[in-house]
Amino acid sequence: MRKYISFFRMRLMAGLQYRAAALAGLSTQLVWGAMEVLLYRAFWLEHPERFPMGMEALAAYIWLQQAFLTLFSLWSWEFELINSVKTGDVAYELTRPADLYGMWMARSLAVRLSRALLRMVPVILAAVCIPAPYGLRLHTGPAVFLLFLLSALLMLVVVCAYTLLIYALTFHLTDPNGIMVLSVAAADLLGGGVVPLPFLPDGLRQIASLSPFGSMQNVPLRIFSGDIPLPEIPAVMGLQVFWSAVLILAGYLLTRSGLRRTVIAGG
Amino acid sequence: MKLYIHFLSIHLRGAMTYRLSFCLSCLGYLLTTMNVFFGVVFLLDRFQSIGGYTLPQLALCFSAVLSASGLAECFGRGFDVFDRLLSDARFDRIMVRPRSLVFQVLCQEIKPAVFFRFVNGVILLVWAMGAGAVAWTPWKWVTLALMVLCGALVFFGMYLINAAVCFFTLEHVEVLNIFTDGAREYSKYPFGVYGKGVLYILTFLVPLALVQHWPLQYLLDRGPAWYGALPLAALAFLAPCALLWRLGVGHYCSTGS
Repeated sequence: MRKYISFFRMRLMAGLQYRAAALAGLSTQLVWGAMEVLLYRAFWLEHPERFPMGMEALAAYIWLQQAFLTLFSLWSWEFELINSVKTGDVAYELTRPADLYGMWMARSLAVRLSRALLRMVPVILAAVCIPAPYGLRLHTGPAVFLLFLLSALLMLVVVCAYTLLIYALTFHLTDPNGIMVLSVAAADLLGGGVVPLPFLPDGLRQIASLSPFGSMQNVPLRIFSGDIPLPEIPAVMGLQVFWSAVLILAGYLLTRSGLRRTVIAGG
Repeated sequence: MKLYIHFLSIHLRGAMTYRLSFCLSCLGYLLTTMNVFFGVVFLLDRFQSIGGYTLPQLALCFSAVLSASGLAECFGRGFDVFDRLLSDARFDRIMVRPRSLVFQVLCQEIKPAVFFRFVNGVILLVWAMGAGAVAWTPWKWVTLALMVLCGALVFFGMYLINAAVCFFTLEHVEVLNIFTDGAREYSKYPFGVYGKGVLYILTFLVPLALVQHWPLQYLLDRGPAWYGALPLAALAFLAPCALLWRLGVGHYCSTGS
């Protein structure tokens, strides 16, 4: 376990060096968040009675979504890993006395966490300064806040396990691009990127919340904004645990069977 | 023009060599666009209308900007990735050739897959018209065509600014994407929906509202007829863009060997 942890720390430190890129992303995220808030505000002012969640909760959801963007965005794939499988460089990894899936998991977690840590703080600081009900506020007690942190961690695991499953598929497919394009679109639609899940029409909403994508950004963001009532939280987080287990198992097995078939040619 | 068509066919053949990857890019554009539009559909399904606009009217508004940005990005791609031209000193070679700079940069990169976004926009437009968004008159057709064409030129002007800034920073400034990618995404609603502040910024600073919000008012009979001619006024935006480009070229001293 210790070698995975130190590998995780190495990657985290490396990721924290890219401060300029984070600063550039910051302004984009602030504008994006502001436009989203302004848009929903227009709907809220016109039809407050048909709003499925409070404006304050929605504003918290939107700002935290912008702050956490790099934590869960599926489109930030690690092409280095995919290319290492395609070119055969993955052979170097295999010479190490560590499990490939474990190494990749440690790496993915560290990369996403380092990117998010850099961007999160300024976005949150800016969003807190915006007046209510359009800014970021904490609406819940300390117990729910702890549950939120835990579910954010589970989200990170689900997202990484999902991406690793796709990377593992690279062993079996010549080109994983098609699945990647579809995954990004599906995650955006079913995960709460297009509109938050409460805004989806009936039927689609239930499918979305049960799908693995519904266990990503949807859960921590809505726990934080107080949109998921306390008695329902254990069930939703249980689903997160279920999907992490399923995705990790599937990814692990696919990597193992992929490695067994792999023949590295040349020297 | 003949030369440009020649370059166009080269890029097209290049893209067609990797047919699968071309199709996947198209699929990606289709899915992204559909997701944005689904967002509008879901919200309108719940709220029925926003600011007095119905779903087909919003589709019309989005499709015009979508088509415009598709055109601009497909043919103006050379300016969008201009930092690469600078960093590998290809721009030096361009400067010694006896043709206009802008023309040559345009020929460097053409991205046929993005043309699919234009096709997307047209499909959406046809749907919006079938759903009866507008009572059409010949002048309204002219206005619609102006929205798309002038819109494409405004987007192109923004690419020109992005490229001109590269002369000073030597790398692409991501902040400017707010106005290109952001404008495309958020043009799913007329800019007036976002409030007066956003509308004024996008009218007087970056004149995107002149090719979207204002002419739309004319199309939907919510504003006077001269709103329909406003896309032409947006072309004034190209002057400062061209000026900045010239300034950049003047400032340029080669980056490498």
